[in-house]
Order: sequence, then structure tokens, then C-alpha cells
Amino acid sequence: MKITVDQDKCCGAGTCVLLAPDVFDQRDEDGIVVLLDEAPPAELHSLVHEAASVCPAAAISVTS
Amino acid sequence: MTLIVGASAAGLATAEALRRKGYTGPLTILGAEPHLPYDRPPLSKQVLSGTWEPARAQLRSAEALAALDATFVLGDPAVHLDVTERAVHTASGRVLKADNIVLATGLRPRTLRGQPTLRTLDDALALRSDLLNCSRAVVVGDGVLGAEIAATARQMGVAVTLAGPQQAPMALQLGPVVAGLLAELHTSQGVDLRLGAAVTEVDDHGVLLETGEVLPADLVVVAFGSAPATDWLQNSGLVLGNGIVCDSRCRAADGIWAVGDVARWHHETLGRLVRLENRTNATEQAIAVAGNVLGADQPYTPVPYFWTDQFDAKIHVHGFVGPGMSVVEGSLSERRFVAHYHREGELVGVVGWNMPKQARQHRQSITPSCRATAATSTQGAA
Repeated sequence: MKITVDQDKCCGAGTCVLLAPDVFDQRDEDGIVVLLDEAPPAELHSLVHEAASVCPAAAISVTS
Repeated sequence: MTLIVGASAAGLATAEALRRKGYTGPLTILGAEPHLPYDRPPLSKQVLSGTWEPARAQLRSAEALAALDATFVLGDPAVHLDVTERAVHTASGRVLKADNIVLATGLRPRTLRGQPTLRTLDDALALRSDLLNCSRAVVVGDGVLGAEIAATARQMGVAVTLAGPQQAPMALQLGPVVAGLLAELHTSQGVDLRLGAAVTEVDDHGVLLETGEVLPADLVVVAFGSAPATDWLQNSGLVLGNGIVCDSRCRAADGIWAVGDVARWHHETLGRLVRLENRTNATEQAIAVAGNVLGADQPYTPVPYFWTDQFDAKIHVHGFVGPGMSVVEGSLSERRFVAHYHREGELVGVVGWNMPKQARQHRQSITPSCRATAATSTQGAA
């Protein structure tokens, strides 16, 4: 799994952080997404796919 | 066979959630517009301003859509639902039958005298062209969309007047104090606010207010609300009333479900029917509906959330707001704060102004009950 985030698209909702806090965080100053782990372990893949799907700004892409 | 009627955020997210949860059967997504799924929040901002090419608003890459293994039938609006046969008839004459049908047809903007409005990508591109060729625009509508259009148009260099019946833009969604800050922001950026008076007439030359004042314009943009797109369901036998009325599982009838802006479902913890017009609800409700289609039998009980970006302000609203608020982080004067909204001693809402992360962290403490929120307006909701 390879994750990419588009910080220009990110709206700062933080939905991804609520789902997968080991993979995503937000910048303190503006809430924009920070990718903590671009290749997370298998047990987190399902949550990462969900985070990509629910992101309200479509800012997260996942390739296998 | 599962059929999803609506190819926007809610429909797409339902399809994705079905696949993620293990559904391997055939999946068809029917869309009224000719476009592949695209995102609507950027339409009033990046697409309208021209900062983004329209393609950048697409929700998924071609590769991701292919991986979904779904059939897209686009540019063919649904015109009739046969609940007994579980079949959808389309404008072109197709009849699509399915074991489960998910209705995600969204909203239709209210229009006035044929003046431009903004719901679709094509609307946004047409409005952009209109704005580039006008000298003064009046935006009719002081809700989220009207305020965003006014801000974007102003940033494009257009002289803009914002008209609407409230005392401040988004007063219903933000409460009086924060809406007052938003009014100050718009004024400081050169938007001419003419609020607190209803618009009684509109034509190509401007707007007439109930006070008798005329606001001249060579472009009038209408953004004063939308209605659930349920006209095609009038004879279906489904219960309609400000949306498709559903149970707590978002089920409208056996094998018929509704999701997103069009769904009005029984919110168990609030104890009433709720319909949410916001982007995050589209995807969160989609996950709940996909689960229930596959037998999860779970109620959908979200804390509402939306955000808006206007000029330099990123405003995030969680839960329910009202008149009483207290700042718990930052300060109003530095235009960077988190505010709490209480009802009957309970925290029912959080608003962040340029503090998205901190507002999200406070969200966890919201416990909206039916008692505390019964009298509140549901932001972005009806």
C-alpha cells in the first residue's frame, strides 16, 4: 500500500485522523493533513481505505 | 444486483463502502449528469475562481474508478421508481432492476426568474464566465453557498453585493457572534452587505428588497436554498416530506435506501427526523447505508459537521450552534479560536475559526441528546 495526500485539496476536517491516528495527523496551525506513515502495516489497510473514501475533500489516494 | 441512483459524493461513497465491506455482486451507478463523480465544495471556491481546472474536482482517478468494478450509466436521469418491482426507469427508457436500490439524487437549487444558481459543475463554469463579464453582481442568499460565492467573486475582483433576510451571513449556521465576525470579514474585503431585508423581486437589472430599496446589478446570482430532488418519486409510494423519509437504518422501503442530501431519516439519539445538507454527511451516511444494505442493521446517529472557506477564514462547525457561546481556545480578536455552544448544561456544538485541528479535537466531547438539541436549528440541516 502506498498513500499520497494532496495538501492543497485538504479541508482540515480531520476525518482521517479520527479513523487512523497512526497514519494521519493535522498541522496545528491550519489543520492540513500530515502523512505520518506512507506505507502502513497490513492491519491498518482497511482503515486507510475507509479514510480515503470518507475524506470530504478527496485529498487521500491509495494505491496497492 | 445493487443500483445506486446518483453519481455524486454520496452515491460514489456508497459504492466504495459496499466493495470495502465485501459486496462482490454487480453494481450499477446511475447519474443524471454526464460527468464522472466530481466534488461540489470546490465549485463555489476553486472552480469558480479558476484556481483549479475543472478536472481537479473529480472525486477519483480513472484507476480508482476502474478498481470499483461498477457500471456507470451517466447522463440519463431517473424518472420513475417502481418500489414493488424494485426497478428504476430512466429518461432514455432504460429499466434497471435490482435487489437493493440506494437513492442518492441530492438537491435541486431553488431558482428565481431563471437567474443563475450554482449546483453542478456546468453551473459553476457558466457562473464563472458570467462573473468575468459583469461589473456588479448581487448574490441573493445569506447561507453558506451565497456567502462563499460572494467571497469568491470578490476575490476575482468583481464588485459584489450580498443580500438576504438574516442580520449576518450564515447567522443560522453560526449563531450571532461568529456570524457577526463573518459579516465584518466580508465588509473589510469590500463585499457590500445588504442584509436583514427579504428580496421581493429579481430581474436582469437587479434586485428589489422588501424595504423598497433597489440593488442594481448586471448579474444576479441566486443561492437561497435547495429542495431534495424527489420530484421523480412523487408516484412511487415512498413517503416524501422534505426529502425521502426513512427509518433509523436509512431505509425507505424494503430494499430501498436513501443517502446524502436527499435522505431524511430518524436520528435515534436526537429522537426526530433529520436531513443534513453537507459534504461529510454524504460519505458518512454512505458507510452506514452500505452496512445496512449488507445486513448490519445499525442506526445512523452522526454529529453533524461542515466547513466553509471564505477569504482567509476556515470555519468548522461540529454539532449544533445557538446564541450562547464561550471561547475556549484562542480569541475572537485574533480571529483564531474555538468556541463551545451549550444547551441545558450539555456541550452540543463546537465552532473553530482558523483552528480546524483543535475544533476537531473538541468535537469528541459533544454529546447531543434529543433534550438539549430539540430547540436548536440543525446547522446545514432541515
